[in-house]
Amino acid sequence: MTVAVKQRVKVANQKRIAEGIYSIWLLAPEIAGAAMPGQFISLYSRDGSRLLPRPISICEIDRIHGRIRLVYRVAGKGTLEFSKLKENDSLEVMGPIGNGFTLEGKKAILIGGGIGIPPMLELAKQLTIPKVMVLGYRDITFLEDEFSAFGDVFVSTEDGSRGTKGNVLDAIRENGIEADIIFACGPTPMLRGIKAYAAEKGIVAQLSLEERMACGVGACLGCVCKSKETDHHTNVKNKRVCKDGPVFYAEEVEL
Amino acid sequence: MNTSVVLAGITFKNPVTTASGTFGSGMEYGEYIDLSKLGAVTTKGVASIPWPGNPTPRVAETYGGMLNAIGLQNPGMEVFIQRDIPFLRKYDTKIIVNVVGKTTEDYCDVVERLSDQDVDMLEINISCPNVKEGGIAFGQDAKNVETITKELKKRAKQPIIMKLSPNVTDITEMARAAEAGGADALSLINTLTGMKIDIHKRAFLLANKTGGLSGPAIRPVAVRMVYQVANAVKLPIIGMGGIMNAEDALEFIMAGASMVAVGTANFINPKAALNVVEGINDYMNQYGIKDIHDLIGCVK
Repeated sequence: MTVAVKQRVKVANQKRIAEGIYSIWLLAPEIAGAAMPGQFISLYSRDGSRLLPRPISICEIDRIHGRIRLVYRVAGKGTLEFSKLKENDSLEVMGPIGNGFTLEGKKAILIGGGIGIPPMLELAKQLTIPKVMVLGYRDITFLEDEFSAFGDVFVSTEDGSRGTKGNVLDAIRENGIEADIIFACGPTPMLRGIKAYAAEKGIVAQLSLEERMACGVGACLGCVCKSKETDHHTNVKNKRVCKDGPVFYAEEVEL
Repeated sequence: MNTSVVLAGITFKNPVTTASGTFGSGMEYGEYIDLSKLGAVTTKGVASIPWPGNPTPRVAETYGGMLNAIGLQNPGMEVFIQRDIPFLRKYDTKIIVNVVGKTTEDYCDVVERLSDQDVDMLEINISCPNVKEGGIAFGQDAKNVETITKELKKRAKQPIIMKLSPNVTDITEMARAAEAGGADALSLINTLTGMKIDIHKRAFLLANKTGGLSGPAIRPVAVRMVYQVANAVKLPIIGMGGIMNAEDALEFIMAGASMVAVGTANFINPKAALNVVEGINDYMNQYGIKDIHDLIGCVK
């Protein structure tokens, strides 16, 4: 695997696609050339008071034009700064980082929860097996229509304003969705539920985890998750989300 | 131009190392920079047995800095000896092994085990809570500092650096205690204990509640402490605390540090330590300084 280099890249365009949710295309041929679905990049603030990179997952990869797309939520001052970037502005990034999803299986459910939805879009594009998408939102939906080109899309909302009222597993059960593999990204409680569901059904699940990170290269051990077996690198039951993940098989990790 | 320095009989090609815990054993950052260009690599803390560390979240950003409560997760000394020492020995750099423990015996076990290993210096992290003394850090009590230094000096074959905690009333008291115990060098500062609260969740940001504050936010405190300690003891000092670039590093050197360590800056720029090496050279060229020793402690 090639090593990600910290580099300055240009913004191709950016727009707000929902309340607090932004879609940005970056001109980054090297990253676009190397990236795989489920990987992320680190974005650096221009403000020296905000030191740490913000890890944001890759939503789409456009190798032909050497671009990558990120869809992210404004969650603090760092992402607020990014949301103000316009065409031709530049920012420092490093990536692609992490392992990404392994493309496998015969019939898949792609599950995204909240801001875990964006990385599922590139996966939906690259995964050639039959698949359905299950997208869970609190209330306001985004990206939903972009998934429909790749298969049936089922939606759940916590307030029931769209699709199934409840969570992604409620939507799966309500619609009788069956598959032999699950790919999922979203908040830990959702992933915990999916891990239990996959175990109950006896199917494979690849889960993309989120954790607060510092270095993003596997050195600081800030973003670990609990692993079932003793990890070869750390020699304890911890794996590094940034380096060994963010994607893990459900049975590898304790959530 | 001479940038090499000698600490406790060990020659370093330049005065730049990495701050323990920010650089692993160099494997990850070795993909970004040539480790042979560093004066030394200081490893993440090594304990006698594997430590799993704290629950997450372990890190939080703060204004101009960050808090960490990793909990000194490490693979234990046996894996470190088998894997990390041979890895680092492939490079033309010195190896400083940081040592952690929960009891004096823990530290002694690691120091003894490392005594016949091919490493250049040992740095003792005495900011760990002493479980036999109600959890007060070893480095927060001058008597304990002197005692543990003496115990380790009896066992160590390599020179010993005592890494001082800034979470004390008078750091010079701890520096003198380490000197009295026979320390060969001092490094300072470790992180400042801090806390961050998420006002939206009305909860602590770190699972551990408190964490160590590092980054440029702490630098002026660190420079001041290096200056105080340099004037209180005769031991060579490795200065650290929020060094982001060569200018910052030079402040520490002028305050009295013979070497500097780059820590949190590695997270922002994998080449940060290398940039400090190059930037010090540029500064010396710019001002026509022939020897780094002309800068060490030059501000009185």
